[in-house]
Amino acid sequence: MIETLIDIVLLTFLAVTAIVIVRIRSLFAVIMLAGIYSLASAGLFVVLDAVDVAFTEAVVGAGISTVLLLGTLALTGEQRKTTSRHGPLIPLAVVTLTGAVLVWGTWDMPLFGDPGAPAHQHVAPRYIQDSPNEVGVPNMVTSVLASYRGFDTLGEVTVIFTAGVGVLALLGFRRRKPRHPEREKP
Amino acid sequence: MEFLGHYNYWIVIFLMMTGFYVVISHSNLVRKIIGLNIFQTSVFILYISMGKMPGGTAPIVAEGVTLYSNPLPHVLILTAIVVGVATTALGLALVVRIKEAYGTVEEDEIHAQDESL
Repeated sequence: MIETLIDIVLLTFLAVTAIVIVRIRSLFAVIMLAGIYSLASAGLFVVLDAVDVAFTEAVVGAGISTVLLLGTLALTGEQRKTTSRHGPLIPLAVVTLTGAVLVWGTWDMPLFGDPGAPAHQHVAPRYIQDSPNEVGVPNMVTSVLASYRGFDTLGEVTVIFTAGVGVLALLGFRRRKPRHPEREKP
Repeated sequence: MEFLGHYNYWIVIFLMMTGFYVVISHSNLVRKIIGLNIFQTSVFILYISMGKMPGGTAPIVAEGVTLYSNPLPHVLILTAIVVGVATTALGLALVVRIKEAYGTVEEDEIHAQDESL
């Protein structure tokens, strides 16, 4: 019961943080709130029994992402103007319509915490019952990640390598001459 | 319990649509990437919610525990988080390069400068 209560409070907190991220003007404050949002979602993952995911989200989502965003802010500079060419009405209509369709879709979803949900039926019982003997690691997430679904992890490493190569190719080691020298600080 | 049974999904949809709104309504490129991150985290919450077993515990073998939550969504989302930060880094690198090339990170100012867009 207390878990359900914490779950509801954290989800509401996430929703409020998201609203503030939309409304607030300062880009620095938005980046800090994005870090808070990641940390709150890491807390939610602990309540939902996903401790490994919570570690990763706290380190990567709240830590590295915030540092990367702050670095970008330092390189590109704060800009106050937040108006766009269209008013907020068209995006709001698109978002409301999409959200309504998705909410309609949830009527067919199994209820939250339903033990008979399809996600618990297929391969999950095998992982839970046999992986401590078959792989010999007490943490089932580790054995699924590194053994049963090892090719997924290999693909993940490939994606990270590609992204790293992309970042190096974009930012590189060279100092490029600025196209607008008057805008660059000496 | 009908309401509580769907509360996680509705908040997930709300967060998803908030991120989507940030992406399509703001013209600052850094804000757009933050919107994508909000969208992405909402998908993580959806998956982890589906893996929760009532009365279960974290999927680590312990004495006297028989009911564990489903480890499979956790694995998928671990992969997704790390891939997510890689794509965020790549997107931010593109923003830095756009700033070097155009002198701004506002989408409408870039459109005004470049006829081909």
